[in-house]
Amino acid sequence: MFEFVKTIFKKDVNPAEVVKKSREDRFLARELINGLVSDFIEFHGDRLSADDTSVIGGIGRLKGRPVTIIAIDKGVDIHDKLSKRNGSPQPWGYRKAQRLMKQAAKFNRPIITLINTPGAFPGMEAEAQGQGEAIAQSILESMKLTVPMIAIIYGEGGSGGALALATADQVWMFENATYSILSPEGFASILWKDAKRSEEAAAIMGITPADLLEKHVIDQIIPEGRHHAKIFEGMQEKLVEEFDAMQALPKRELIESRRARYRAF
Amino acid sequence: MDLFSSDNKVDNNKFKVTDEVRDRIPDGLFLACPYCGTQIYNKQLGDYRVCPNCNYGFRLQARERVALFATDFVEMNADLTIDQTDFPGYQGKLDRAKKQTDMNESVLTGTGKIDGQEVALGIMDSYFMMGSLGSQTGEKITRLFEHATAHRLPVVLFTASGGARMQEGINSLMQMAKISGAVAAHQEAGLLYLVVLTDPTTGGVTASFAMQGDVTLAEPHALVGFAGARVIESTIHEKLPKDFQRVETLLENGFVDKIVPRQELAGIIGQIVAMHQQEVADV
Ligand SMILES: [Zn+2]
Repeated sequence: MFEFVKTIFKKDVNPAEVVKKSREDRFLARELINGLVSDFIEFHGDRLSADDTSVIGGIGRLKGRPVTIIAIDKGVDIHDKLSKRNGSPQPWGYRKAQRLMKQAAKFNRPIITLINTPGAFPGMEAEAQGQGEAIAQSILESMKLTVPMIAIIYGEGGSGGALALATADQVWMFENATYSILSPEGFASILWKDAKRSEEAAAIMGITPADLLEKHVIDQIIPEGRHHAKIFEGMQEKLVEEFDAMQALPKRELIESRRARYRAF
Repeated sequence: MDLFSSDNKVDNNKFKVTDEVRDRIPDGLFLACPYCGTQIYNKQLGDYRVCPNCNYGFRLQARERVALFATDFVEMNADLTIDQTDFPGYQGKLDRAKKQTDMNESVLTGTGKIDGQEVALGIMDSYFMMGSLGSQTGEKITRLFEHATAHRLPVVLFTASGGARMQEGINSLMQMAKISGAVAAHQEAGLLYLVVLTDPTTGGVTASFAMQGDVTLAEPHALVGFAGARVIESTIHEKLPKDFQRVETLLENGFVDKIVPRQELAGIIGQIVAMHQQEVADV
């Protein structure tokens, strides 16, 4: 029987090991989407400029109920990974997500986001098209949503590029996922001018699910195992339960409690 | 004050800290403009600290800026302390920054008047740990928005930041969401949020409240972006063009409403705020 991890002893967790695993293709975006919802129909484009394939979005049925599901995809093979910049969205990827979030609110559909990104893409065109603005508006839009949103970090949760899709009523993480202000390599090179001290950085940054659960940055830890179907089934049940509870709330209350969740930091 | 005067003089009663601050830099000292490279006598920068050749505004401390732009300033949360200092060496850095800037954090907040208009005013200080976004910074800005919403005031926020406060880890990231929640409530109340982008505004600040304003002004040649130039160059393996992340480029690309020289800023802010005083009628 599938159970969410209630307690995890930090002494049993090796942060450097979690960092390593979080970057492996333990779960793929499309596998997760199809594992959680049936009849998935992908929607493309931000209606302003382009379609970023590193952000997959659309609608599907979660145990029969229509939901909007948005996932950051690192890609499957090397060609795919290159074209998706290893899951680093462009501004038009975040704007596609915003469009789908607003659409979900209009039709009263709960939102599931699936996050696995080293960060928003630091490119020339990304800057020219307003990467900062795209993330800023995703966060702001999330704060105004009248429907429940659950964000699930299934690999890397890299900084603002992850937060753009993780400003939610609840944030869940897979057992071997990370969520941080920047990579341990980046952290070590900025603070100690030595990227090689990344293992040390990982240890003090508090980037594992155990650390983040303790700080209430996240709400649930999803245990991993070889039987993915079992994991997805457990997640589906929990998602339905949480969405039902949140959809029973008056919309104003839902928004206020989402804001209060972040007001506590 | 004359709106369109471009001379470098300011109304004296608005300017209280001039002597104390200016005394540190001798008048005869030569400075190079960080933007155009022109050699300038310190004295030539005038009260507004503006390059006479290109209008670049030299970086100001928050307290200098409040003296330049606001009257009747009443500071808020000047003694607020949120302890997040267990990271090795962080407390020492904070202590030094506090001493250097006479501030408790990287943002100065309060209420005051700009060109006679009452506003809730926030000014980030790049001399305080690069204007980085710590928990206390986030708390002060959040409270500023909450105060403005409760008292139906417009918010004017001068941004200047190197981005996240690395020493605070994930708590720094959470500030982006926390502030955004307060911005959303202020927005829903139908109130004006005016951003002034100053040099430099980058990282998590650009990716949150700096890019959530109803009106976005900028000082000439300010550097504004999300990713650092070095990170971008090492990702794409080429040199970035000149002015790549300067606000003139952002204006061209549609991310800034207007670039305003520092000498004209108070007048323009005053006009904009005055045009947002009408209460929205019930439909
Ligand atoms: Zn100049």
